[in-house]
Amino acid sequence: MMNFDYVRPANVADAIAAASEKGASYLASGTNLLDLMKGGVSRPSRLVDVTRLPGLDRIERLADGSLRIGTLVRNADLAHDAEFARTYPAVAEALLSGASAQLRNAATVGGNLMQRTRCAYFYDAGSACNRRWPGAGCDALQGENRLHAVLGWSEGCIATHPSDFCVPLVALDAIVEIEGKSGRRELPLEALHRLPGETPERETALERGDLIVALRLPAEAKDFAGHARYVKVRERTSYAFAVVSAAAALRIEHGKIREARLGLGGVAAKPWRAREAEQVLAGAAPDAAVYSEAARAALSDAKPSGDNAFKIELAQRILVRALTLAAAGTPDRIPALPGSPFSSVAGA
Amino acid sequence: MNLPLSLTINGVRREIVLDDPRVTLLDLLRERLDLTGTKKGCDRGQCGACTVLVDGRRINSCLALAISHDGAEITTIEGVGHGGELHPVQAAFIAHDGFQCGFCTPGQIMSGIGLIQEGQAGDDPERVRECMSGNLCRCGAYQGITEAVLEAQSNMTASKQRRSA
Repeated sequence: MMNFDYVRPANVADAIAAASEKGASYLASGTNLLDLMKGGVSRPSRLVDVTRLPGLDRIERLADGSLRIGTLVRNADLAHDAEFARTYPAVAEALLSGASAQLRNAATVGGNLMQRTRCAYFYDAGSACNRRWPGAGCDALQGENRLHAVLGWSEGCIATHPSDFCVPLVALDAIVEIEGKSGRRELPLEALHRLPGETPERETALERGDLIVALRLPAEAKDFAGHARYVKVRERTSYAFAVVSAAAALRIEHGKIREARLGLGGVAAKPWRAREAEQVLAGAAPDAAVYSEAARAALSDAKPSGDNAFKIELAQRILVRALTLAAAGTPDRIPALPGSPFSSVAGA
Repeated sequence: MNLPLSLTINGVRREIVLDDPRVTLLDLLRERLDLTGTKKGCDRGQCGACTVLVDGRRINSCLALAISHDGAEITTIEGVGHGGELHPVQAAFIAHDGFQCGFCTPGQIMSGIGLIQEGQAGDDPERVRECMSGNLCRCGAYQGITEAVLEAQSNMTASKQRRSA
């Protein structure tokens, strides 16, 4: 690990000033960043420890019905907040399907949003990677790429975004609150992560010094509480990143789907919002035929980026499964195996 | 660069000066404080052998910078028994053969203690397995580990109820 200066600012303004220098990086719990630093993938010259910044570890219900989650709220604390899990069940299930209990105890909301791809070629400092080293090429293109992207990829980069949490969040129109050198601004989560295009090294819309201070779920996100699920296929039952995952949230009234929200994980360099599929479902009676039609719409632009054509079919099946489970109703308690298609919960 | 920090480790307050910010909590415990019960397996947050409690919560000490935890209370495997008496989770691991080679065991036990304190798994073996999935055992003693955690949880719940009765 390359050496670095360690600073622990007392407030957000000092943090932004300290992180605005070239080579600086924010440090929250470090569950991803320290791993990357040990592998020589990330080489910050300064770490700005934000874990002590005051007021960023709260979950607040705002007067307009929205929910504001401070960036330092730990993944486990959010998922186990009973009211949160009841109101945004697919988000809680996604959180609990990710990583391990130890990592969820440490990892923060903002850190989860900012985690880097798990592409093995990005992680291996000896491999060519345009994301790590612009212009170096991409060893994943001709490498082991069965887990790589099928949507929104470019010849420059076929990596996926690994977050589970972000998948239902993007479906529920989550908003990211950012403090930066020019003050506070907000961004839809959908616009935070960038597709690779010609500049895969630009992973997010953040500028140098920008700090995510909170995540907000708008009031409408609550309307899906009764019919919301997250389903995630992994290569082992627990403690693995998604091969493919799907979040489905439905608003069902009088036997019809009034509104559907769909997100896909493990398919692209960003959490993928499937808006065309949502349109297919709007107004329809919830049944298998319309789920399949929606799933086809969601993957209509998908292309294999290597040995991963199976993910296009798998993503459609997982989306159908997530819709079927969501329509059946959110279970009273998150299943023993969160997000798992092997869950023993009725209806799974 | 001298970086002072204060940690309470197994109930004892320690004033420490680091000469390097890169020291992880795991390396601080093992290499500088001679608390070698906490094991270094993968050093990348994948195996759970380094699990300790920080302010009562189980985390991977290999992915924690020591300096970032200034002021924290740390509990390691050395701190869970009292005198000659084993912690109920330790005793249950012995009773149920929750290990073979023993390398992952301190991390398993710390994780089991953390899990019981979190109170999410109850008496459901599937929830216990899921909540212990961050601790790998290459000997494959998972059956005994699950039984040990379930029994320790039941014993600890019963004794808590006796105390409050």
